[in-house]
Amino acid sequence: MTDTAQLNTLASIPDERPTRPTSSWYALLKPYIGSPFNAVVTFACLWLIYRLVTGAWGWLVTRAILEGGPQTCKAAAGAGACWPFLAAKLRFMIFGFYPYDEHWRPAIAVLLFLGAMVYSMIPRFWSRRLLWLWLAVVVTCGVLMYGGLFGLSVVNTTNWGGLPLSFMLSSVGLAFGFVLGVLLALARSSKLPAIQVIAVVFIEMVRGVPLVSILFMASVMLPLFMPDGVTIDKLLRAQVAIIIFAGAYIAETVRGGLQAVPKGQHEAAASLGLGYWLSMRKIVLPQALKIVIPPLVNIFIGFFQDTTLVTIIGLLDFLDTVRSAMRDPVWQGIAVLEGYIFAALVYAVFSYGMGSYSRFIERRLKTDHSHGRH
Amino acid sequence: MSKMITKMVAFGLAAAAFSVFAAPASAQATLEAVRKRGKVLCGVSPTAPGFSYADDKGVRQGFDSDICRALSSAIFGAPDKVDFVPLNTNVRFQGLQSGEVDLLSRQTTMTFSRDTSLGLDFAPVVFYDGQGLMVASKLGVKSAAELSQSAVCILPGTTTLQNLEDYFKPRNIKYEAVVFENPDEWRNAFFSGRCDVITTDRSDLASVRAIANDPKQYVILPETISKEPLAPVVRQNDSNWRDIVSWTVNALIAAEEYGITKGNVDEQLKSKDPEIQRMLGVNGDLGKMLNLDNKWAYNAIKQLGNYGELFERHLGEKTPLGLSRGPNQLWNKGGLIYSPPFR
Repeated sequence: MTDTAQLNTLASIPDERPTRPTSSWYALLKPYIGSPFNAVVTFACLWLIYRLVTGAWGWLVTRAILEGGPQTCKAAAGAGACWPFLAAKLRFMIFGFYPYDEHWRPAIAVLLFLGAMVYSMIPRFWSRRLLWLWLAVVVTCGVLMYGGLFGLSVVNTTNWGGLPLSFMLSSVGLAFGFVLGVLLALARSSKLPAIQVIAVVFIEMVRGVPLVSILFMASVMLPLFMPDGVTIDKLLRAQVAIIIFAGAYIAETVRGGLQAVPKGQHEAAASLGLGYWLSMRKIVLPQALKIVIPPLVNIFIGFFQDTTLVTIIGLLDFLDTVRSAMRDPVWQGIAVLEGYIFAALVYAVFSYGMGSYSRFIERRLKTDHSHGRH
Repeated sequence: MSKMITKMVAFGLAAAAFSVFAAPASAQATLEAVRKRGKVLCGVSPTAPGFSYADDKGVRQGFDSDICRALSSAIFGAPDKVDFVPLNTNVRFQGLQSGEVDLLSRQTTMTFSRDTSLGLDFAPVVFYDGQGLMVASKLGVKSAAELSQSAVCILPGTTTLQNLEDYFKPRNIKYEAVVFENPDEWRNAFFSGRCDVITTDRSDLASVRAIANDPKQYVILPETISKEPLAPVVRQNDSNWRDIVSWTVNALIAAEEYGITKGNVDEQLKSKDPEIQRMLGVNGDLGKMLNLDNKWAYNAIKQLGNYGELFERHLGEKTPLGLSRGPNQLWNKGGLIYSPPFR
């Protein structure tokens, strides 16, 4: 039967459907684009995306300037990305004001640190030895960065900056913040009123003010309270501020996990004759922490990015070295977006890494209670 | 768990002990503390083009940074005995008061209230700045008096907005301040026409103009709406240290006046001018009076050059900032830069 014949047979039946101009291509596309209005919106968006992608591609690649100096880039007047800027400033962006000839030291420290991180992410290697490994790594990194031993020249913390500083502030902040947070969470759900009140006051006070104000307290007010002749390193002050802040946030998340552990588990532990610490360590905390992995990773990613706030107290973290690179009078106003793109890429890579690891670890630990045997 | 915590606490304490440095015990002893440390701790701007910024190798460069290097040369005979401590505008004075730095060399305006109430002393002015206004030349505005109902782009600086208010209010000029936290946004807002006027210190305005695709499209108005004499700052009640900072700056200025440069300072040692002889330590004991080596001024000039050389190197017309000397010319050439005599 041809189409016309079919139409003829259909014509004998009174058609009550609203008439609509149908053509074969429209019928074919209808499920994808919907009503004419939706179709217009869809095509407009597609066109926009096409323009954005081709525009970005042109700027990033085809029209980009690959060789030359500030003058070449200035002559191009922003038509294409100025990659020589990144090439000239790459080491400064990564290492900041750390002495140029000593850049191998923070480089090794960062690699060691990342290596230890990857190593301890693999479940097969989880054991008590990891603690010793980390102690060794932290001490080695400290010696490498600060120097003063084995003929390494001393590099004061005022010259630290860039990526090593960001890593240090966020990882040390989160590691110690995690310990502090778990202790605070336990204290807050404690049955002893004094301990509970202290924990509540601490958590609420820290959470009640922004990180910026805690950093200011640490960097501006604390030195004025110190006795004459004693100054605590500015970096250490900022680090402690971050630990305290992270601790308060992590505490509340962990407390949520503690509340989710059924009361029966506490009672079972007690009936086995386990004391408080043992029952917490062996029964309650492992279950509580498993539940809160997603919100914890959320906090971790957030804090990794929040450490950029230290720039307001004059520490040059990674984002700030990128910005400083743009302020070199030779390059000023010529390359702006290039630096930010680089910074965004670095942050995205690490945040994505943390996110995917958390998904992996969740699957591995099977946090879902329904899978367990009851 | 508890064992682990004990270990962590122990490590934390060790780390804290590691980073406690001795600061000057009393206000009188800055020089002594500097000598003991082997370094001058110099508070600078984190980044200020021309004054304090990083070059490609991450070495701090700039006019303010070189003042610190000159001081290091005067004390230690070498320019690299400086640790630069970046201090933001809002923490700079506390940084100095708490002993975190020995001096500030970071574009700080000398004012009455700062000098009298903050426990600070100012060294001689190293740069005479003032807040200026820039507009697009197509507006056809010739002076600030013609501005009205204009949007003004500003950075949240210390006194920028207040100066604007102080200048415009008595003249009944209405304006709308548009504040930007980030200098790149602030500049682009002006270039894209979001604001009619952009205002900041004239030294900054010149660099903003230099960045524009076509600098000729913009004109800096003749009015200077505030006085901003920038000077190094030291703690109060340490006369010796203040003298050292002040006279190191004066030596750089005097060197330009007497024609002593980085290149010819060795020949100038043979000069017959008694003042040059005293300054360079050929005759007399001027250095000893500062508790320094008699070669202090020679070392500073030999390593860094004179005031004019510093200016031309970081701010002058051959740099991207392209500043003319203006009021920062020597007093005998129509400027305000002047050093008391060395005798």
